[in-house]
Amino acid sequence: MTTNTATKYETVIGLEVHAQLLTNSKMFCSCSTDYAGKEPNTHVCPVCLGMPGVLPVINKKAVQYTIMTALALNCEIPEYTKFDRKNYPYPDLVKGYQISQFDMPLSLNGWINVTTDDQTRRIGITRVHLEEDTARLMHRQDPSGETYSLVDVNRSCSPLMEIVGEPDIRSPEEARQYLMQLRSIVQYLGVSTGNMEEGTFRCDANISIRPEGMKELTTKVEIKNMNSFKAVYSALDYEVKRQQEVIGSGGTIVQETRGWDDASGTTNSQRSKEHAHDYRYFPEPDLPPLAISKTWVDQLKANLPELPVARRQRFIDDCGLSEYDASLLTATKIQADWFEQAVKLSSKNSAKAITNWMNGELARLLNSTGTDFMDTKITPQNLVALIDLIDKGTISNKLAKTVFEEMFATGKKPAGIIEAKGLTQVSDSGQIDGIIEKAIEDNPNAIADIKAGKEQALKFLVGQVMKLSRGRANPQMVNKLLIERFK
Amino acid sequence: MELTKAVLAHIVSTDDKIHSYVTVTQDTALKQAVDADKRIKDKSATALTGIPAAIKDNMCTSGTKTTCSSKMLENFVPPYNATVVEKLNDSGMVMVGKTNLDEFAMGSSTENSAFGVTSNPWDYDRVPGGSSGGSTTAVAADQALFALGSDTGGSIRQPAGFCSVVGLKPTYGRVSRYGLVAFGSSLDQIGPVTKDVTDAALVLNTIAGYDAKDSTSVNKPVPDYTKALTGDIKGLKIGIPKEYFVDAMQPEVRTAIEVAIKQLQELGAIVEWDVSLSLTDYALATYYLIAPAEASANLARYDGTKYGHRATDGDSMWDIMEKTREDGFGTEVKRRIMIGTYALSAGYYDAYYKKAQSLRRLIWKEFNQAFSKYDALVTPTSPTVPFKIGEKTNDPMQMYLSDICTLPINIAGIPGLSVPSGFVDGLPVGLQILGKSFDEETILRIGHAYQQATDWHTKKPALK
Repeated sequence: MTTNTATKYETVIGLEVHAQLLTNSKMFCSCSTDYAGKEPNTHVCPVCLGMPGVLPVINKKAVQYTIMTALALNCEIPEYTKFDRKNYPYPDLVKGYQISQFDMPLSLNGWINVTTDDQTRRIGITRVHLEEDTARLMHRQDPSGETYSLVDVNRSCSPLMEIVGEPDIRSPEEARQYLMQLRSIVQYLGVSTGNMEEGTFRCDANISIRPEGMKELTTKVEIKNMNSFKAVYSALDYEVKRQQEVIGSGGTIVQETRGWDDASGTTNSQRSKEHAHDYRYFPEPDLPPLAISKTWVDQLKANLPELPVARRQRFIDDCGLSEYDASLLTATKIQADWFEQAVKLSSKNSAKAITNWMNGELARLLNSTGTDFMDTKITPQNLVALIDLIDKGTISNKLAKTVFEEMFATGKKPAGIIEAKGLTQVSDSGQIDGIIEKAIEDNPNAIADIKAGKEQALKFLVGQVMKLSRGRANPQMVNKLLIERFK
Repeated sequence: MELTKAVLAHIVSTDDKIHSYVTVTQDTALKQAVDADKRIKDKSATALTGIPAAIKDNMCTSGTKTTCSSKMLENFVPPYNATVVEKLNDSGMVMVGKTNLDEFAMGSSTENSAFGVTSNPWDYDRVPGGSSGGSTTAVAADQALFALGSDTGGSIRQPAGFCSVVGLKPTYGRVSRYGLVAFGSSLDQIGPVTKDVTDAALVLNTIAGYDAKDSTSVNKPVPDYTKALTGDIKGLKIGIPKEYFVDAMQPEVRTAIEVAIKQLQELGAIVEWDVSLSLTDYALATYYLIAPAEASANLARYDGTKYGHRATDGDSMWDIMEKTREDGFGTEVKRRIMIGTYALSAGYYDAYYKKAQSLRRLIWKEFNQAFSKYDALVTPTSPTVPFKIGEKTNDPMQMYLSDICTLPINIAGIPGLSVPSGFVDGLPVGLQILGKSFDEETILRIGHAYQQATDWHTKKPALK
């Protein structure tokens, strides 16, 4: 086959997402899942240690969370589901098999709409199923340079939900948007923290390219080790280019697993297909098939919380926000909740002002300091208080930004900051007149120009008055008093 | 206390010849005997309080080694009790020891043990059957008053028949498997090994019932099984499936079984000969695909990284894991892991494992149909009397055939009872009584009535 460089290629991406579920206990035993940051091997029992003779017991909450997610992703929930054993040896897999789901998953055939650059496309969800997480290996080196590995079993047997997507994604950006939307959904449902950096939300990608117009799927490459949304985008972007280069130079794509390396910004081959596992799936004999009652599913469906898409629309309709602003505010549940709390607290309708502060100053400060929204010290109460002070004229808009920075840094109330720093706006005409006197005294030339009718000079004088008041004088009043004086 | 001391002393004087035990738990036993005496004085005793019992060494006992007769678990001390052990402890049992078995319960002769062969008390040169051979010899030789065994394809009933004791495999799901080291998870079931049917009913009363830790245990009330022992079996319909009287059957065993069946007839049961269970021939193949397939996964955890045996001379992690399994497992265990792995492999799954599962459903259905006509089915427990030690060790197929009458029962999940029913040249013959799912009562009633009319179960080996 000849390949000319002018061939246009289409990218085909399918994502597999694993989300750790926020249940109190593990998937198949009663150990607590609250092991983050705890001593290794302290949240364990014979079951999650894979001791001889133990048996798994299904965590109903995990099943419920998976069904809720599946419903939010427009999936069908079959009447029967079962668990299977996926066999492969690895020291982090304590039983030598993982309890997962093979041919009868909890849910099938869903979809979500994903928007990029004003284009909205429907991305299929193959299935959402439930499985158990593995233990965690920690690789170490002793002083002689010998490497060894330690096993922390705390994570073993934690509930893990897998969301398998159809190969419907057509660009790295679409992959990122899809992933962010999934994250947002699991967060809105309260079923997962959805944190990629901490590994509670993980993503592997299958990617291939094909000449535009071709219908068949071509050889795909699996990409692993992407630990942030940015990494997913960069890895896929790199891989598209790499595959185009390989084909462009007359080569062929090898089916393999490649790992993304954040540091070098490249993907590297990890395992080829010849070394792929035969997982020898078979039905888990220790767990009878589960019947999922329609009544339960209907109940869960009726009680689903408002999801990001609906909330965005509500913000647009009820608060008069732009689509852009509403999208930013609803990207994470915590941010949208914060916004709504602030709106509820504001004495009059300050939704627009709240939005501007959140998407403007707050976003800028979070970004420049690398702070997560979750950790912001500003409370909705304090932002609303600041907006009230501006509206009442207690502080100028310009100085409010300084106050906001202080609020961001310390979490203090705006009134206290204004008082401590003496930033109250001066609106007393006597006091302002005093400052005007001083300004006239200092700028005899300007006065002459004003008298000669030069508009510019009046503006200059306003500026001088503001400067002398260290920004505290009410600019409208300064303007008014000066005009009156030289009328 | 006196009883416990007597049994412990008897173990010391007899076990060098029989080798029922992997571990004798003298200290635990004496401590439990003190507690039992207190309960008896307090009048809070149960039927099992103070009774010396033996536990097959594939059931986890907290603080006491549980080896599965494998080098792999030679020094494994579980941190928890199996549910059955917990229940027996609550009832006041005195555990005198952990009994020998074929490694990981894979075998029919208790010859596949990393810690030595167990001998049949009726003839030391012969096997006791297996895999619960240590449990049945302990009861036969008065080294324990009762024992627990596990039965995946006949591992309680076949050795019970070979040792002339009572062995019951309850319905799958009747007794919790939590803490039983898994072999074939969908087939394994724990049951009592006792001197007579009444004792079997008493032990079953204690160990049966739903366990939240075992999702395959069934939430059905547990009756008082002793109430079923009325001695009256008049009018019960008993079918005799002809396929269980195989060509390779010893003629003397056939005669003994026929005599036993006639005895049931005399007791008033309505016996129908020549009932056909046409799928019986497929049971062996079905079993030897499903059980090894499940075992291949169940035994994957023994890799030396967490507990048990660990090879030290490997070059890499993978090398150590492989060597651990190479030295830790015996030949029969390896054979079954390989069969099971193969049966589940891509490209073979449909032809082997899946087909076996379909057959399993058909076999289950055929039993169900038979039980729509009969209250129970009666067969020999084994086609032969106990064979010589070493006689079949080099011929796995011959060894597998010794379970031909017991395997189908696990495939169907129904309960089966073996009761002593005579001797051929001084060697025991067992009668197998099969019942409907969760109808242990009927088979216990039949076994009990039979023992009222016969004295085979009272015979004791000379131990010479």
